[in-house]
Amino acid sequence: MGSRNLLVALAGQPNCGKSTVFNLLTGARQHVANYPGVTVEKKTGAYADEGRRVELVDLPGTYSLTSYSLEERVARDFLLGDNPDVVIDVADASNLKRNLYLLVQLLEMEAPVILNLNMMDVAERRGQTIDIAGLREILGVPVVPTKAKKGEGREALREAIRSLADAPSHEHAFRIDYGPMERYIAELEEKLCEDPVLSIRYPVRWVAIKLLENDEGAAELLAASHPEADLVMTLAESCRERFREEAGNAAERHIAFTRHGLCARMAGRTVTIPTDNRRSLSDLADRYVCNRFLGPVILVAILMVLYQVAIVFGNWLALQVWPLWGALENFAADVLPAAGFIDDPLLRALGLWVVKSTTAILNYLPIFLLLFALIAVLEDSGYMPRMAFILDRLFRRFGLHGQSTLPMILGGVYVGGCAIPGVMATKAIPDERARLATIMIVPMMNCLAKVPLYLILIGAYFADTGGFAMFFIATVTLFMALPVAKLLTLTVLRKQPSAPFIMEMPPYHLPTVTGVMRRAFERVWLFLKKIVTVVAAVAVVVFVLINYPGLTENRRAHYQAMQDKSLDAFMSAVDKTGYQGRISRDDVLSIILFNESLKRAKQGVTDQTESNVINARFEADNPVYYAVVKRVGKDGKALNRALKKVDRVRKKVRREARAERFETSFLGIMGRALEPVTQWAGFNWRINIALLSAFAAKENSAATLGSIYGIDGGQSVQESMKAGEAGFTALHALALMLFMALYPPCVPTSIMVRHQSNSTKWMLFSIVYQTLLGLFVASLVFTGGKILGLSGFQTMWAFYGLCVAATLVMALIPTPEETEVAPLINASCKEHCS
Amino acid sequence: MTLNELTPGTACSMADLTADGPLGQRLMDLGFYPGARIEIVRNAPLVDPVELRLDGYHVSIRHSEAKHIEVEL
Repeated sequence: MGSRNLLVALAGQPNCGKSTVFNLLTGARQHVANYPGVTVEKKTGAYADEGRRVELVDLPGTYSLTSYSLEERVARDFLLGDNPDVVIDVADASNLKRNLYLLVQLLEMEAPVILNLNMMDVAERRGQTIDIAGLREILGVPVVPTKAKKGEGREALREAIRSLADAPSHEHAFRIDYGPMERYIAELEEKLCEDPVLSIRYPVRWVAIKLLENDEGAAELLAASHPEADLVMTLAESCRERFREEAGNAAERHIAFTRHGLCARMAGRTVTIPTDNRRSLSDLADRYVCNRFLGPVILVAILMVLYQVAIVFGNWLALQVWPLWGALENFAADVLPAAGFIDDPLLRALGLWVVKSTTAILNYLPIFLLLFALIAVLEDSGYMPRMAFILDRLFRRFGLHGQSTLPMILGGVYVGGCAIPGVMATKAIPDERARLATIMIVPMMNCLAKVPLYLILIGAYFADTGGFAMFFIATVTLFMALPVAKLLTLTVLRKQPSAPFIMEMPPYHLPTVTGVMRRAFERVWLFLKKIVTVVAAVAVVVFVLINYPGLTENRRAHYQAMQDKSLDAFMSAVDKTGYQGRISRDDVLSIILFNESLKRAKQGVTDQTESNVINARFEADNPVYYAVVKRVGKDGKALNRALKKVDRVRKKVRREARAERFETSFLGIMGRALEPVTQWAGFNWRINIALLSAFAAKENSAATLGSIYGIDGGQSVQESMKAGEAGFTALHALALMLFMALYPPCVPTSIMVRHQSNSTKWMLFSIVYQTLLGLFVASLVFTGGKILGLSGFQTMWAFYGLCVAATLVMALIPTPEETEVAPLINASCKEHCS
Repeated sequence: MTLNELTPGTACSMADLTADGPLGQRLMDLGFYPGARIEIVRNAPLVDPVELRLDGYHVSIRHSEAKHIEVEL
């Protein structure tokens, strides 16, 4: 067929080593995106083969091809809509029977299939032998054995793809005999053939079987193309009814059971399984890993290692990497237009703001990389299902899922995590309702960025009981999150689809370094693409909100006067030295900036010779400025003293102007407008501003408080806060801490929420409900504590008790699944399907 | 007799399925069909879910779901 490009789809059940086969075929050239409109990941790759470009698409791993799960729909739509030239069905050779179940469905779709028996090494290790020639004969499709993990089988697979694609036509000899159902299939087929469009586009027999299965997707296909769709649907319904009466069994079950029976027979004829039923190594390991007593201990140990490596070591690593981002900030400071005395040019102010907002998030990159790598290890090793197995019972009581553990740990179940990878990790939860509930509560965990504010408040208002206060805030979040999760499950999430738990527990695998690193980098890259661009865009909006409308003419004149006075003083000092006439009034700002850039240039330079080189460069650049800055000679010393005074005035003016601009900004106006509401929580407008600014990134709250209260010299934020808010008590601080804990997800997390829930509505919901909840809790604590006359410390533990009680009560309320009566079928099928 | 009544260590063969809709479909897709060999491996530390060996591979399932699987010893 010449030099046509080939489209190859890779299908397979979960845990069959599909991604290893994918890597084996394509090598490093892969691209990860999502299937249009859904959160299912789509991995594509390509390789060149005899002058042709072969494009490989990795379909989601599915056990079957029904319409019940999103992954199955995506896989099926791709097969039908994109008409791949070849479909490789990757099967776990050591578990062939179940894997054949997907294959027969692919064959029914009349897809050009190659059966790839992967993991032959595992099958051999277990002493199984597979009659490949026999299998090929029964199925009538090419069968290629591989050991992808060991890198064996690439050529054989590529060869099979080549010859199948070049084969003139794919006549399938394979056909499942559905026995008593055949005549209903024929009846429907006849009706379907009347529509020329449908019968050309889709395999008719498959559509007929799917209609008998009562498959939603098939009904949609029909409605979209068949002119008499309603008529066909009525006929299908009548066929189902008649079949049920005749056979005494529902059509979909007859179909599934027939397929399974066939797979069992095929496997029985081709696979020889050793008679000694030796326990596999995985089985032995599970005796300890899933043990009633040891299991939870091992789980906690693994989570602690995860926390230590990702958060503690990751933090250290982030500190080591920081100079890189610092250099980026310095670079931006150097290339942007120079600073002014009071105000900076807009381009500089905005540019620096955007760069700083971006580096603030890039700072977490090392932590993310470690986290993603560790998650990949957990996923590849097969421990994730065990974790779900151990904890499912506990989490289910709150509408969550066994797989909710990891997202919550990442979000910071104790102290220090990050909601972004937490929300990202919810992908693994198969139950949509539990997944959304998890997405909604992960931002309530204590992420790293909330900690600075906690520390300020505890330092200022709970100084003597700091340890207890820290323990309180670290653990109370879980007792707030669990009841909230249950509450959401019982209300807004009630209508969301919930999936059965049934979960495969695959054998343990030793993760490979390349596999883990590949995944970690893939996800970091995805994160960079998704988050960083939006963070930069949002930073611009926030910049406008906190800087405009700006200072009034009056105030501007006031600051100008302060500037003039300090410049006058400096100039009169100049006149007393030999530099008279060589330094003009305009030079003063330049000297200050010269000094700053010299300091920046020497940042982190410890080597004396290197430092001298920098000095020499600056001296050559401007000897006069250098003399003042470096205190050269008597005059230099005198002027340096004067310069320091000017610099101090400049800093003061800038700080005050910034605080004032901030207070009169749009955000400041909002902060004041909110005071009537937030007063019940004990927040005044200054606190409101700090909280509003935290939405962009939670670190901002501490920084904003610092700039509002004006940090002077040695004074720390907590001291200046205490001095600035005379009426503040521990109760105020407690309400503020709780609000911060429940604070809506920051902008990057919100974007991740939108990405993972695939809905702007859920993103907005998560922002709004957490704000209201935070306000409610803070008001309850503050106003309640005040009315009851409790101290901050007493209120703290009263609230703790309340949360624990709420958690216990919520655990006792049945979940929607438990109240819904599971549909039971009365008709028995014992006699009819075996 | 339904699957959730069995204790770890017992083996049985599946006889019938009494679940419809997504649960029934999911059970069938994971290989539950009349005649399949099932062995109860262990309960989770909090009793639910339960781990099974189904025709040579391992699967865990909640007791509420196992109730829909009729078995014969």
